[in-house]
Amino acid sequence: MLLLAGVVWVLAYAVNGRVWDAVLTGALGLDGEDRVTESVRFFLYDTVKIALLLAGIIFLVTFGRSYLSVERTRALLGGRREGVGNVLAAGLGVVTPFCSCSAVPAFIGFVSAGVPIGVTLSFLIASPLVNEVAIGLLVSMFGVRIALLYVAAGLVVAVVAGWTLGRLGVQRWVEPFVFETRLHGEVIDQSLGLTAQQRVQIAAEEVRTILRKIWPYLLVGIALGALIHGWAPQDLFTRYAGAGNPFAVLVAVGIGVPLYSNAAGIMPLVQALHEKGLPMGTLLAFLMSVVALSLPELILLRRVLKPPLLGAFVAVTAAGIVAVGYLFNAVLS
Amino acid sequence: MIIKVLGPGCANCQNLEKAVRGALAGLGRVGMEATVEKVTDYAAIAGYGVMSTPALVIDDTVVLAGRVPTVAQVRELLMAPTPTRKA
Repeated sequence: MLLLAGVVWVLAYAVNGRVWDAVLTGALGLDGEDRVTESVRFFLYDTVKIALLLAGIIFLVTFGRSYLSVERTRALLGGRREGVGNVLAAGLGVVTPFCSCSAVPAFIGFVSAGVPIGVTLSFLIASPLVNEVAIGLLVSMFGVRIALLYVAAGLVVAVVAGWTLGRLGVQRWVEPFVFETRLHGEVIDQSLGLTAQQRVQIAAEEVRTILRKIWPYLLVGIALGALIHGWAPQDLFTRYAGAGNPFAVLVAVGIGVPLYSNAAGIMPLVQALHEKGLPMGTLLAFLMSVVALSLPELILLRRVLKPPLLGAFVAVTAAGIVAVGYLFNAVLS
Repeated sequence: MIIKVLGPGCANCQNLEKAVRGALAGLGRVGMEATVEKVTDYAAIAGYGVMSTPALVIDDTVVLAGRVPTVAQVRELLMAPTPTRKA
């Protein structure tokens, strides 16, 4: 069954481009050079390609992650000092199975187990910022080098931002009930006691759940990408947001922070903008600001963080992303 | 039997509650009596040692956390003589 799914996946991925060419220019007799045809082709090709990549990535990542858990991560982080703790927390934030919808109980659980607040924040920043779907899509669209730069940059932002916030003496800006919470239940580690077959089932179920949840974002992102690909004048974006504009990264992050989407929805846009000549640093900063900071997560975190700390959390993370954008623009060009 | 569904009201928490009610409806015929409570307070959720929602608590023991089980899995958990902490 698994083998069959794998073979179908590889075949579908391999013939994706050719099928749409055959359908559009062959069967329907459309002009391949025409803008509309070109945009439609981009849309169809990218929809199938990204859906396939997503299914593959989510399946593999979920299967691998089923051997890890937030509980185990907390045990690894308990009693760590700041510094080393921040680095470890950021790294574990990338690989631990974690949904930002659980940010609040995880925050309370970490802090009441003695994990320093700055270290906990490094975990909470790295988890959405270094996104496994983004890594997979970046590899397939821009190559391994860009994907590695993205991972490294995300880790550095998470480490530095968490460490900085920890240094600010943020204890007083955490809601007091967090420190009063006593753990009385027995901890359950969901990574234990599963058979390989159960893990495969969980991974397949996750693919279905995620695709069902994000397809609107995906289609909007790909449609925007297709529009830009076919219709935006070559110099439209480079004129305003190209390497010549020193504020481009700042503006990209300013747009990205309030924008709520996910890595899969934003990637076709990044790809189309890259084709139009926008520098990679600006685009990576845009991508990171979209996935790292989202209003729903901030509203959740408000339950445990008082406004000054929440503000500092956003400011420090955004500043880190902006710095990464400028650094990459300088290094990559 | 007191069943608690731990979660702040997210979609998955509602799905878990649905699965629990489904399992109970199926078990109603064998005469199992249970009340289902929802725990939405973060301090209370964290107090159970739960760090990923939704979670299921049966008679004050956490039996499942971080994912939505199928109706059949919940039924198994409910039927277990003493709640086992795996599934």
